[in-house]
Amino acid sequence: MRMLAVARGVAWRTLHNVFTNPSLFIPSIVFPLFFFTAFAGGLSRVEDVPGFNYAEGYTAFQFVFVLLQSAAFGGVFTGFGIARDFESGFARRLLLAAPNRSGIVLGYAVAALLRWCVTAVILTAIALAVGMHVGGSGVDLVGLYSLAVIVNVAALLWAAGVAMRLRTMQAGPIMQMPVFLVLFFAPVYVPLSLLQGWIHGVAVVNPLTRVLEAARGFLAGSPTEVAAAFGAALALAVAFSVWAFRGLRKAEAAG
Amino acid sequence: MNTLADQVFLLARRSVVRTIRQPANVVAPLVFPMMLLAVNSGGLKAETRLPGFPTNSFVAFALAVPFIQGALFATMNAGTDLARDIQTGFLSRLSLTPMRGIALLAGQLGGVVALGIVQAAVYLAVGLLVGVRLASGPLGVLVLFAFALLVTLGFGALGAFAALRTGSGEAVQSLFPAFFVFLFLSSMNIPRNLIETTWFRDVATVNPVSYLLECVRSLIITGWDAEALALGFGIATAVAVVSLGLASWALRVRMART
Repeated sequence: MRMLAVARGVAWRTLHNVFTNPSLFIPSIVFPLFFFTAFAGGLSRVEDVPGFNYAEGYTAFQFVFVLLQSAAFGGVFTGFGIARDFESGFARRLLLAAPNRSGIVLGYAVAALLRWCVTAVILTAIALAVGMHVGGSGVDLVGLYSLAVIVNVAALLWAAGVAMRLRTMQAGPIMQMPVFLVLFFAPVYVPLSLLQGWIHGVAVVNPLTRVLEAARGFLAGSPTEVAAAFGAALALAVAFSVWAFRGLRKAEAAG
Repeated sequence: MNTLADQVFLLARRSVVRTIRQPANVVAPLVFPMMLLAVNSGGLKAETRLPGFPTNSFVAFALAVPFIQGALFATMNAGTDLARDIQTGFLSRLSLTPMRGIALLAGQLGGVVALGIVQAAVYLAVGLLVGVRLASGPLGVLVLFAFALLVTLGFGALGAFAALRTGSGEAVQSLFPAFFVFLFLSSMNIPRNLIETTWFRDVATVNPVSYLLECVRSLIITGWDAEALALGFGIATAVAVVSLGLASWALRVRMART
């Protein structure tokens, strides 16, 4: 109960900060829409490349990537907030006041998830408005958004671990860059089968490739590699939860 | 004249030394464009199979992007450093000396242009290392460096203008996403004639960044394309003239205020 009370307080404060501060809220909405526009609009001709066989078209193909990207960066942006809380001294006071400190991590995770939900709703509405084809059933779409939720949680836990260890806003690039690389070393523009050379080798071992391919399968109504995708996403979430809670212990030890 | 040259030299050296002492300001303009090049050239290689694609090497096609992206970093560096000078009071103290305003601007931009030339050399070296050969030959390399210098000067002056008007490093940094929008809504990843979505093609056509990219690209994959060169150099010169004019005006206003 104590943990839930702490989590609720931290989540409410984080969400209040985000939604009342346009400089925090607007980028998390605008950037995914911008990438969706730039990729789906500018590169739509890529669906004419021989071997490109995604049935729902290039808009849907890119929508899935941008949805997962927004989920990941929703977590990372919340991590920036954690670092800011440490830098301003608020997090230290929070550590003193919270009867259950695990609730702090849980609260930030809930805030990251709710913050991303707003982005996901807007992104989905705009994608549908511009004529995105959806081949999947309701169950498939639950699978798609469930994968995105796990990615959001995993990214938040990664960023929280970094923020709690370094406790400065200067840790921003350390939170952001690995996530950016993992995202863009997956099959972003074309399916895995059309990637060639070194990037194909990297994409094959990149856990996010399984997630991305399965998510695209869900949207098209032909799920593929579902167990591998959920396994990879959950493994990342579990590994980063250990990372985040150890980070919390380090922050506690630092005083 | 010698005094002015000395003033410019001293401030340019200060600008270069200050940049070198902040590794993030040197590393970011070198690493990020190369990273984007690696990601895009790997992921979009299949695009070269589209009928009408101008080359079979996507790296050669995409190598133009770092040159323009690097100029965006020049904007940030020039603007942020000048804003810091304003915030710390350095500019106010400088205005009490016989230092001429034009020397301040020229010195600041001299440092930025020097870094821009280093960036261009690194981008070109990486391109050559991965097998790109300039269709325009050795003379094309000189033209490429001249273009990089001009673009860096123009965008650097734009950053200086923003800094002088706002006096805030954060305000200058906030320009970066706006510039990124211009970059992504251009012919950055696909030739304009192959863009299928009409509105996107129209936006890319009116976006001056497309012509800056196509100028560099023509030297790399086409050879000597007079139209692409004229448009690229014309736009880069216009940006430089307008930006320098605005920055000079903003400097006069700023010096009068202080």
